[in-house]
Amino acid sequence: MRVLVAMSGGVDSSVAAALVAEAGHDVVGATMKLWGGTSDRGCCSVGDVEDARRVAQQIGISHYVFNFSDDFDRHVVDPYVESHAAGLTPNPCIECNRHLKFDRLIARADQLGFDAVATGHHARIVEGPDGRIWLARGADAAKDQSYVVHMLDAETLPKVMFPVGTLTKQQVREKAVSLGLQTASKPDSQDVCFISASGGRTAFLSERIALRPGKVLDEAGRLLGEVPALELVTVGQRRGLGPAVGARYALSVNVQAATVTVAPADDLLVTELRLDPVCWVREPPGGDEKLLAQVSAHGVPVPARWEAPGRVVFERPLRKVAPGQSVVLYRGDLVVGGGTAAR
Amino acid sequence: MARHAPAGATLACVAVYLDHAAGGPMHPDAVAATVGWITSGFGNPSGAHQVARRARQAIDEAREQIADLIGFTPGGIVFTSGGTEADNLALLGASAPGRGALVVSAVEHPAVLEAAVRSGREVRVLGVGSDGRVDLDHLSRLLDPGVAVVSVQLANHETGVVQDLDAVAKRVRKRSPGAVLHTDSVQAAPWMDLRSAAACADLVSISGHKFGGPQGAGVLAVRPGVQISPILHGGGQERRRRSGTHNVAGALGMAAALRARSEQRAEIAARVAGLRDRLCDAVTGGVSSSVATAVDSPRVPGHCHLRFPGVEAESLLFLLDEAGVCASAGAACASGAFEPSPVLMAMGVSKEEAGSCLRLTLGPDTTSSDVDFAAEAVVESATRLGSDAATKALVSR
Repeated sequence: MRVLVAMSGGVDSSVAAALVAEAGHDVVGATMKLWGGTSDRGCCSVGDVEDARRVAQQIGISHYVFNFSDDFDRHVVDPYVESHAAGLTPNPCIECNRHLKFDRLIARADQLGFDAVATGHHARIVEGPDGRIWLARGADAAKDQSYVVHMLDAETLPKVMFPVGTLTKQQVREKAVSLGLQTASKPDSQDVCFISASGGRTAFLSERIALRPGKVLDEAGRLLGEVPALELVTVGQRRGLGPAVGARYALSVNVQAATVTVAPADDLLVTELRLDPVCWVREPPGGDEKLLAQVSAHGVPVPARWEAPGRVVFERPLRKVAPGQSVVLYRGDLVVGGGTAAR
Repeated sequence: MARHAPAGATLACVAVYLDHAAGGPMHPDAVAATVGWITSGFGNPSGAHQVARRARQAIDEAREQIADLIGFTPGGIVFTSGGTEADNLALLGASAPGRGALVVSAVEHPAVLEAAVRSGREVRVLGVGSDGRVDLDHLSRLLDPGVAVVSVQLANHETGVVQDLDAVAKRVRKRSPGAVLHTDSVQAAPWMDLRSAAACADLVSISGHKFGGPQGAGVLAVRPGVQISPILHGGGQERRRRSGTHNVAGALGMAAALRARSEQRAEIAARVAGLRDRLCDAVTGGVSSSVATAVDSPRVPGHCHLRFPGVEAESLLFLLDEAGVCASAGAACASGAFEPSPVLMAMGVSKEEAGSCLRLTLGPDTTSSDVDFAAEAVVESATRLGSDAATKALVSR
């Protein structure tokens, strides 16, 4: 097969490229240039492109840089900013996978005559009990990334390869060391690639939208304090809301009224959650099927059911999920689909 | 066929190389001069003994040859690490920091534009027309006695368009008599006789590897009486204008290449211009939606610049690379990603269209079979990527 490997300059995609090449495929490496602004880490810096290029040289494949920064702005950065402005907590890495890696890049690969795109995600593509192709959790439970690639549907899965999904992170690093790759000991990427460590979210957002102070109220509407930036408050957070909130957590953010309502932890427990929009690998699950729901990238899956058209019902009460975050539904280790938590 | 494989490469299909504007193979005379020095000479020209004197003689002879070939005095030749350093030295060194405005054309190489921005001085950007040539009326409006440096390239790195430097100089001398006129001649040097073409300029930048010399060797040529403050500080070499131990092998190679190229320039230029037109005609004839850039403007002979509406340059370059044709899309950022060409946008082309261009640049060894092979590959690739189909869709909308 002709395989285009998305090489971020990290150890996982470096080893992914090496494995696909070792398997005898006709392999080309590509690094997507996504972010045009300042960045100090992640998949967007010049240093990472250099690392990817060097790895490609070492494993003997051609390497290209694809400039998708316009699409990244349009599909990831702008919606990220708009979501924060609306008081939501977006997950830009998932939108990047949805719109860039598994849409734009696959379309480019198609156009250039490739059969598949490989990435360094820790997830697997397996044959399910029904004999059909499904997305599954990676072999390394601690590094599993099926959550962030849950948007892959049955039509796209055959065009995707996750070569390191069957390995543990330790095995990936050992492979990189055995190949002499300079990315072998590179730390895992953390946080959002287009946000610099020095300025953080606050600096990034304040350059793009006006951050507004907000009143912190308890459930009875009593004023407990103020937050400097309403747009940076995440439902479920406690820190940074002022000393008067005590053991209470952000229950909701109202951007129009410029208020954050806080409540004791028990009041944040919910038994169901509306998802909008949703996506399914194949047909949506039936209402009586026992599934597992995962509400954060490395969260513990909890028993749940899907109630059409748009609700996850949890078996036991669960801490409220911040609107804008993704919820992924599993059947055992297989991804069934997922969606974005609505307000 | 002139085929050049990168050092150490094991390419199944050795490439047709049409990226000479980015850098081409060394002329045999330049190889001989460079290798000759490395194998038989050594030593620091700044020393005070016989080995140093020999090195000093070598570099001074190279200096004289280059001065003679581009119409400057030997004392005006400042050896640099290449075109970028020469441009930086011109923009940053030609007047005292903070004093006087800079006028730069909008289509200058980033080495000029970025240096201008970093200078901390007022920067006035000179517009160009859709033909790629500077707007002389605009220039007149930008000039006044407060201008310290005017920088207008002789030939453009992407389109190959040649500027009317004499007309620029006439306006500069009249309206900004104290200003220094710099011309980035990096792309012009392989094709034009700088003794006449850049005679009106005070400062001229050239780069060795664009005309058959080695990489890492360039010159900023300075007219007598024009003061240059250094941007590199240290031992005070090059008459205190550029510190750092001389690159003797590089200077010798550059001088040999320039001499060889100058001797054959007229013949090469005529032949390559013919090949370039043949390439350009074959592509525009084969892809009906394609547009050749600035064909009515004077251009250096090696540049064939095209646009393919609806085609992404990155995809086109990828397919051409696979087909064995080495080409460029023009502007690349630090990561190696291609950006929509700022040169084309300055010419009034939309950002989207500026991302659909292709630069094919020929060299003295390019043959007719290279050109025919490349034309076929370009037509096939652009067609596959839907250039014509995309245009039809736009028209029918």
